[in-house]
Amino acid sequence: MKFTLSWLKDHLETESSLEEILYALTDLGLEVEGVENPTERLSAFTIGYVNSAEKHPDADKLRVCQVQTDEGELQIICGAPNAREGITVVVAKPGTYVPGIDTTIGVGKIRGVESYGMMCSEREMEMSDEHDGIIELPSGEVGQSFTDWLAENDPSKVDTVIEIAITPNRPDALGVRGIARDLAARGLGTLKPRDTDPIKGTFPCPINVTIDAPDACPVFYGRVIRGVKNGPSPQWLQDALKAIGLRPISTLVDITNFFTYDRNRPLHVFDADKVHGNLRVHLSEGGEKILALDDKEYTLDDGMCVISDDNGVESLGGVMGGAASGCTEDTTNVFVEAAFFDPIRTAFTGRKLKINSDARYRFERGIDPEWTPVGIEHATRMILDLCGGEASDVVVAGEMPDHSRAYKLDTDRVQSLVGMEIPDATQRETLKKLGFVMDGDMASVPSWRPDVQGEADLVEEVARIASLTKLEGRPMTRVQPGIPKPVLTPMQRREQIARRTIAALGYNECVTYSFIDQASAALFDGGTDATRLENPISSDLSHMRPALLPGLLQAAARNQARGYADMALFEVGPAFHGGEPQEQHHLATGLLIGHTGPKDVHGARRAVDVYDVKADVEAVLNAIGAPAKAQILRGANDWWHPGRHGKICLGPKKVLAVFGEIHPKILKAMDVKGPAMGFTIWPAEIPFPKNATATRPALAMRDLQAVERDFAFVVDADVEALTLVNAAAGSDKALIENVRVFDEFIGGALGEGRKSLAITVRMQPVDKTLTDEEIEAVSSKIVEKVTKATGGTLRG
Amino acid sequence: MDGLDALRAKVMDAISGASDEAALEDVRVSTVGKKGEVSLKMREMGKMSPEERQEAGPALNALKNEVNSALAAKKEALADAALNERLQSEWLDVTLPARTRPMGTIHPISQVWEEVTAIFADLGFSVAEGPQIETDWYNFDALNIPGHHPARAEMDTFYMKRAEGDNRPPNVLRTHTSPVQIRSMEALGAPLRIICPGRVYRADYDQTHTPMFHQIEGLAIDKDISMANLKWVLEEFFSIFFGIEGIKTRFRASHFPFTEPSAEVDVQCSWVDGQLRIGEGDGWMEILGSGMVHPKVLQAANVDPYEYQGFAFGMGIDRIAMLKYGIPDLRAFFDSDLRWLRHYGFAALDQPAIHAGLSRT
Repeated sequence: MKFTLSWLKDHLETESSLEEILYALTDLGLEVEGVENPTERLSAFTIGYVNSAEKHPDADKLRVCQVQTDEGELQIICGAPNAREGITVVVAKPGTYVPGIDTTIGVGKIRGVESYGMMCSEREMEMSDEHDGIIELPSGEVGQSFTDWLAENDPSKVDTVIEIAITPNRPDALGVRGIARDLAARGLGTLKPRDTDPIKGTFPCPINVTIDAPDACPVFYGRVIRGVKNGPSPQWLQDALKAIGLRPISTLVDITNFFTYDRNRPLHVFDADKVHGNLRVHLSEGGEKILALDDKEYTLDDGMCVISDDNGVESLGGVMGGAASGCTEDTTNVFVEAAFFDPIRTAFTGRKLKINSDARYRFERGIDPEWTPVGIEHATRMILDLCGGEASDVVVAGEMPDHSRAYKLDTDRVQSLVGMEIPDATQRETLKKLGFVMDGDMASVPSWRPDVQGEADLVEEVARIASLTKLEGRPMTRVQPGIPKPVLTPMQRREQIARRTIAALGYNECVTYSFIDQASAALFDGGTDATRLENPISSDLSHMRPALLPGLLQAAARNQARGYADMALFEVGPAFHGGEPQEQHHLATGLLIGHTGPKDVHGARRAVDVYDVKADVEAVLNAIGAPAKAQILRGANDWWHPGRHGKICLGPKKVLAVFGEIHPKILKAMDVKGPAMGFTIWPAEIPFPKNATATRPALAMRDLQAVERDFAFVVDADVEALTLVNAAAGSDKALIENVRVFDEFIGGALGEGRKSLAITVRMQPVDKTLTDEEIEAVSSKIVEKVTKATGGTLRG
Repeated sequence: MDGLDALRAKVMDAISGASDEAALEDVRVSTVGKKGEVSLKMREMGKMSPEERQEAGPALNALKNEVNSALAAKKEALADAALNERLQSEWLDVTLPARTRPMGTIHPISQVWEEVTAIFADLGFSVAEGPQIETDWYNFDALNIPGHHPARAEMDTFYMKRAEGDNRPPNVLRTHTSPVQIRSMEALGAPLRIICPGRVYRADYDQTHTPMFHQIEGLAIDKDISMANLKWVLEEFFSIFFGIEGIKTRFRASHFPFTEPSAEVDVQCSWVDGQLRIGEGDGWMEILGSGMVHPKVLQAANVDPYEYQGFAFGMGIDRIAMLKYGIPDLRAFFDSDLRWLRHYGFAALDQPAIHAGLSRT
C-alpha cells in the first residue's frame, strides 16, 4: 500500500515529523517498506538567475552564462537550447550530487572555458523525463532552496511517498483513512472529519438493480449522473495517483481509483448509455464470456458473482468491470456502483480467473460495508464537482449485512497475555479511538474491522497501540527445579550419532531437495503419481524423492563436472513412499566415488570398493547399537550391482542396511562416472535394547594364553566366506573365540571355479592350558564342520 | 702398590682407545676377565700377609670397580655412536605430504539444528518432529487459516497430486513447522514446551528463496505464560546462540492467523563497512515471527483456551546459520558443492554443548 504524506495529512491533523510517523507505522504493525523523499534528493539545489549568456568561443552549441546565485555570480557553461539571459533556473553548484546523471558536480573546463556548476533539467533531478532544456521557473528568488520553491508552488513534486506492508487482517489500512486512524489512536494527531452531505437526486434512477445472489452480494447502491463531461482529471488528482504508481485514465475512472485508496472503497462506473435494460447481480452458470477492462477475455466457471444487463455479463462483481459497458472519454451519462461483495466468493472468482485487481485485493480482505451508502455520496460529490452533471436518486438493492458483534474487554487479560501493564482507562480509550463503541465492558467492533473476531483481538489492539516495543522481557521459570532432563528421544539421538559417525568416517554431509525429477525418482522405485507434486516449481523437482541416493548421485555428477572425481557424500533425512503424511521414512545414505585419495608418494591410493562401504556401514551400525551378529543377504533393489551388494539383516525381512556397488546402468542414466559405492541405513529398523541400562556386562578376562591355528580350505568359488566362518566358529562355541578370514585365492592351480579361503581360528582356554591332543581334536572338528557346510576340502 | 697406578693408566687408555665393541671386549677379557691382569692381581692377594691384604684389598677392589664402570660407560658410548650413525643414515624428507586421511563434515543446517536444540533443551523444551507431507487441515485449518484466507494464497503452497476421483482436499508440503504444534498438543496436551525443527516448502525460487528451507518452531503452553516471557526466552536464546552477552530484541506488532497478539521480532544489529554485526549498535533486523497462540489454535488441538495460554515463534534455521557463520547464499546450502561443504561444514566431533561454549571460533 502506497500513499503520500500530503494524502495522509488530508485525513490526519498532525504536528509529527516524518520520522515519527514512519516509526509509529512500523511499530503499529503497518511495516514501512519504502520511503521516497524527493526533498532529500533535491535539497542542495538552489535557484539562480541568468545575468548574461554568450556563445562559447570554441563551440556553437554551448553558451557561457553568468548566473547569479547565493554565492555570487558564477560562470556556467550550458548546452541547453533554452539557456539565455533573463531566465530563472535551478543551479547545482560544485559539490552537488545530481541524481539523474549520477555525478557530483565539480569545477571544470569545457572547451577551454571554466565552468562553476550546472543548470538542470527535470530529468537530471529525476523529477520527470523532461529533458528538452533546463528548467525555467516562473518565479523564485536567487539563492532560494529549490525544494522550498517546489513546496510553495508545486507541492506534489516534493511529496514524500510511503509504502507499507499490509498484513491480511488489516483491510481498513488499505485506505489512507484507516492508516490515519491508527496514527491518531497512537497519539500522532487527530482525524479530520472529511464528511459530505448526501446529494438529493433530481430524477429517478433509470437503471434498476436486482440481486439474485444475496450471499455473494448482500447490498448494492447505484445511481446515474447524467450530463457529465469526462476527460483528463485535474492535476491534483493525477498527481496523487501518479505518486502511488497508478496511471491516470479519465476523471471518472480516476475518481473510482481515488476512493479505492482513500477509503478502501472500490467503486465501479458503467457508461449508462451502454447498459441495456436493468442490472442483475447473480451467479454465473458457467461458459459465459466477458471482455474485461484489462482487455482480456475470460470464460467463466459456474458460481462466480457477476452483474448482467439484457445483453449478458457486464462486470465481474468485486473483481473487474467489463470493457463493453466501461466509461470512455466520451461518456456523458454514468452509472456509479457501490456494492458489498462477499470476500470468499470474490477470492474464489479472482483466483479462478487469475485476476489480481485492486478491487479483488480489497473485497477479499473485507471492506467496510457501512461505508457503501456513504461512499456513493462521496463519489457523487466528486463527480459533480469535477465533471458536472445531475444526479439521480440512489437505487438500493439488498440489505446491509449484519456485522454487529461485541466482545468483552478483560483489562487483566492484557497484563496476563502480553505481560505489559496498561491502565484500564487507557485500554478503553485506545479502543474508542480505533472506533470501537464501549458499553460497560463490552466493545462493539467497528464495521471496518472484519478481522476482530474475539476477545484476543481486543488484547492485540490494545497492545499494538500501546507499542510492543515497550515490552520488557520476563524470565520464564524452569519446568522443574534442578538440572534439566535430557530431551531427545532415543531415535533423535540415534540419528545424531549416525550423522556424526558417518562424518567421522570421512563423508561430507549434504542437504539435498526432498523433491527430484521423475526420471531419477523412477530409477529408485519412485516417480509415481502418488508422490507427484501438483504444482512443482520446475520439472526437475516434480516428485518427492523415494530414496536419498538419487539426490546424492546428482550431487556427485555436479561435483564431477566441476573436476572433483573423489568424494564421499552423505545425507540423513526423509524419503517418501507415498503422498500421505505417514508415508515418510528416515534414512542415512552414504556415497563413495573415485579413489581413497589423490595420487601420493606412499602408493596408498586405490579405487574405492565394496569393502570400504561395508566397513563404514558396519561402523555406523555399531555406533547406533545394532546387534553385532547380523546376516548378510543378497537380493536388494535392482539399483545395486547384482553381484556386489549385501543386505545386513536380522532375519530375511528385517533389513537394517544395504551396502554395495551402484548398478552401472543407474550411473549411466544419472551421468555419474563410476564405479560408485553406497550404503543406506534405516535407523528405525534397528531394535532398541529391551532393558536399557548404562551398566556393562562383566568382563571375562582369561589368564590362560589363547592359541591360534590357521586352516586353508579349497571350496567352490561361490561359497561365501561367512558360511565357512560360521561353520568353523560353530564347531566348539565355548572354546573358539573368533574366526577371521585372512586370505582368498581364486583359480590358478586350484582350477576353474574353485578358490581357497584361509582362516585363523583363535581358541581361548577357560580353566586349563590346552594340550596338543585337545587342539588336534578341535582342529579335526573344524575341518569336519567346514567340509560339511561348504563341500570343500582342507588344502594340503 | 705403585704398580696399580701404572696398571690403571694402561687399562684406562686401552678402554678409551677401543674403537668398537669387539676391541672393548678384548680389553675387558685382558683386564677383569678370568685371566685378566686385574683378576690375577686379586688372586695374588691370597699370598699376602693380613696387613698387606688389608692395604691392597680395597685398592684392588676400587680399581676393579673403576675398570668395570669405565667399560660400561665406554660400551654405552660406543652403542650410542653406532645408533647415531645409523639414525643419520635414516634421514627422511619430512616435508613430503602425509598419507591422506578423509575429513568428513557436518552440514551447517545440522550443526545449527543441534545448537538450537542444546539451548532450548536447557530451558526444558523437547524436540518434536512431524510429517512433511501434511493434510491441509494440519497445515492450515487447525492454525486458523481457513480455505478462503488470503494467507493461504500468500504462502506459495506446494500441493500433492490427488488421484482422479479422489475428492479429498489435496495434501500439501508443509509450508511451516507449525503443524507439529498441533500434532504435539493433540498427543501430549498442556502444559507443553517443544521446539519443532525441520524442512518446510514454498514455491519460490530466487536469490534469497529456495523451494525448500528449514524452520524451527517454538511452543510453550502453560497457565501463565506471557509475551514478556517470550521476549526473555528469545533474548536468552540469541545471546547464547550468537555468543554475545545481552543481545536486545524489538517486538513489532504484526499479524499471523495462528497467534494473537502477533509480533515480528527484530534483533539488534549494526552495519559496519557493509558487514552485518549482530548484537551491537542501534539498528534492527527482522529475524522471526511470533505471538501468543490463538485461542482457536488451542481449541483445534484440544487444549482449553480458558485454562491455558502460551507463545509460539518460528524462525529460519538456514537464515540464522547464514547470519551467525557469514554464509552469503541460501541456494548454495542445497547444492552439495564439495568446496562449500568443506569450507562451511563442521568437524564430526564439534558437537554443540552449552557447557563447552556452543561453537568453536
